[in-house]
Amino acid sequence: MPAPVIEIRDLTRVYKMGETEVRALNGVSLTVARGEFVAVMGPSGSGKSTFMNIIGCLDRPTSGTYILDGVDVSRLSRDERAEIRNDKIGFVFQNFNLLSRTSALENVELPLLYSKKAPATTKERDARAKACLSIVGLEGRSDHTPSQLSGGQQQRVAIARSLVNDPTILLADEPTGNLDSKTSDDVMSVFQRLNEEGRTVILITHEHDIAEYAKRVVVFKDGQVLTDTPVVKRRLVAAEVSR
Amino acid sequence: MRKATNILTVAFRSMFRNKLRSLLTALGIIIGVACVVATIGIGEGARLQAESQFQSLGTNFIMVFPGATTSSGARMGHGTNSKLSESDVEAIRSEIQSVAYVSATIRTAAQVIYGNQNWSTGIQGGEVDWPLIRSWNLSSGQFFTDADNRAAAKVCVLGQTVVQNLFGSEDPVGKTIRIKNIPFRVVGVLDKKGGSAMGSDQDDVIVAPYQTVRKKIMGTTAVGVIIASAASNEMVPQAQEEITQLLRQRHRINRAAGQEDDFTMRTQTEMLQQAEQQAQTMSYLLWSIAGVSLLVGGIGIMNIMLVSVTERTREIGVRMAIGAKGRDIRAQFLVEAVALAITGGTLGIGLGVFIQKTVARFAGWPVSLNSDGVLLAFVFSALVGVAFGFYPALKASRLDPIEALRYE
Ligand SMILES: Nc1ncnc2c1ncn2[C@@H]1O[C@H](COP(=O)(O)OP(=O)(O)OP(=O)(O)O)[C@@H](O)[C@H]1O
Ligand SMILES: [Mg+2]
Repeated sequence: MPAPVIEIRDLTRVYKMGETEVRALNGVSLTVARGEFVAVMGPSGSGKSTFMNIIGCLDRPTSGTYILDGVDVSRLSRDERAEIRNDKIGFVFQNFNLLSRTSALENVELPLLYSKKAPATTKERDARAKACLSIVGLEGRSDHTPSQLSGGQQQRVAIARSLVNDPTILLADEPTGNLDSKTSDDVMSVFQRLNEEGRTVILITHEHDIAEYAKRVVVFKDGQVLTDTPVVKRRLVAAEVSR
Repeated sequence: MRKATNILTVAFRSMFRNKLRSLLTALGIIIGVACVVATIGIGEGARLQAESQFQSLGTNFIMVFPGATTSSGARMGHGTNSKLSESDVEAIRSEIQSVAYVSATIRTAAQVIYGNQNWSTGIQGGEVDWPLIRSWNLSSGQFFTDADNRAAAKVCVLGQTVVQNLFGSEDPVGKTIRIKNIPFRVVGVLDKKGGSAMGSDQDDVIVAPYQTVRKKIMGTTAVGVIIASAASNEMVPQAQEEITQLLRQRHRINRAAGQEDDFTMRTQTEMLQQAEQQAQTMSYLLWSIAGVSLLVGGIGIMNIMLVSVTERTREIGVRMAIGAKGRDIRAQFLVEAVALAITGGTLGIGLGVFIQKTVARFAGWPVSLNSDGVLLAFVFSALVGVAFGFYPALKASRLDPIEALRYE
């Protein structure tokens, strides 16, 4: 068994709304090894996004521990979490969240702006961003702005952006939620290929056929892990292409 | 460094994206800064000009004119009893030791003709001491004599502007000109003196004997203004005091009974002070306009930055999610506010310089484009940007990334 990238113990997240308390996460424990591809499923309100925000260091747990890449990140300050996000985490959102009126290349370069390890010269940074764009098959679209790209293409630019700092894990909250099924498959094929190349991917989805691209499915219910099973009949992009 | 250039790029890009909005936002700053630049320039130009003008009046200069003094300055009224007489002048001349020179003067304007040239100019009547009091030398010929004055002789000396307009390059001395159709012989030409603070040309003048102007041209009995020169600079206050006492006695003014003086006295120093005070009042006015404009401009910037933070909440969320710290976001919005303010400031400096040049041209002042003013205006606008951009920037930096990402 490879070393775990994510080790989570008894995680809770309680939202206080005046007098009432919402226990969005209620004792979640989970271990994710390097190179895994996990799909998180579950009914609406079951705590998937809350969980993802904590894994992504956007939020802190109310209690419990979260060890990312051997470092306990559950008690870090705002700025420390920002550094972790920049360095180790690549985010892909449901609504792409690219900067409008900004070229694909500049969007992809954005995380480098806040990175300590970014290359010093513009040339090197452009080269890095272009390499990421070609990974997602958009090498020719560097100068296009989001409004000049289709939804699928925008999501692929967002994936390229998430890759630019060579993150430890890729997190995607319903990345295909705004896409039709054909485009969803395109985007999922990118994730699958990245996973094949060794990257750890965790994504949230509501659709079973999207989850089947993953290697493992974790189902949430009422802030707890209901089931945690490997995918038996895995969809493989290579097989589908030849079909 | 790279971060800095990038932040600047983002700031200017977002400014140019909303050109009209940015311009309107910067308008307050533009006006404020234009005021600062214009104030400093105009104030300086006016001060220099006033100084040189009053210096050019002559040394130890004292002027007495009819009419009481009011709190707001001199009232040049021609009340029934407020007249100065030739015997007042004589009394000053003979009784007051601290006065070196004195002259009755009178002034009017008239049409002057030489050959087929004619020119409308000021006619100044003065006595022999006149050029000594005004420290005004002749460039050719001579000044008229006391005998000319007593005889009301039709002689005159010309200012440079009059010479130019009537004679061109011809030598006027010995020629005859007609003032109000009366022939006058030109006996001398005055040196060039230059413009005055009010934009009038001091060289546009003809000086003739007091008696000649009073009797032949104006036909009155009253002295217009008495001008005098104290024996020395230290003696100016004494001369002032002695003239006052003498005139009170002669005009039978009982100060103890609460009677007001029916004449007003001004010294060179007082006139200079008064001019400076006026310039000061003017500059207070401009400074307050500048202050209010900068304040309004600052509020405008704050408003637009708050709008911008709200509009770009999602962008802030994205930037935070990919690793921007609070201080990165704060720097970004602060730089934007400052960029907006400085752009406004730069346009304002341009406008201010334009106003200053225009005013200077109309008033005939030398343009004193002073780099301190420009620098000050620049610093001011940057400060306004920081002061009013800080709160929106702080607000942006404190957004919660999760909520910002969810913002619709
Ligand atoms: N900021 C918040 N304040 C209060 N309650 C919250 C907040 N965010 C989430 N919750 C609550 O926590 C619970 C879990 O929400 P979460 O967004 O994690 O669900 P989810 O599984 O992602 O749902 P969906 O599939 O609809 O996206 C819900 O009951 C929600 O109302
Ligand atoms: Mg969710």
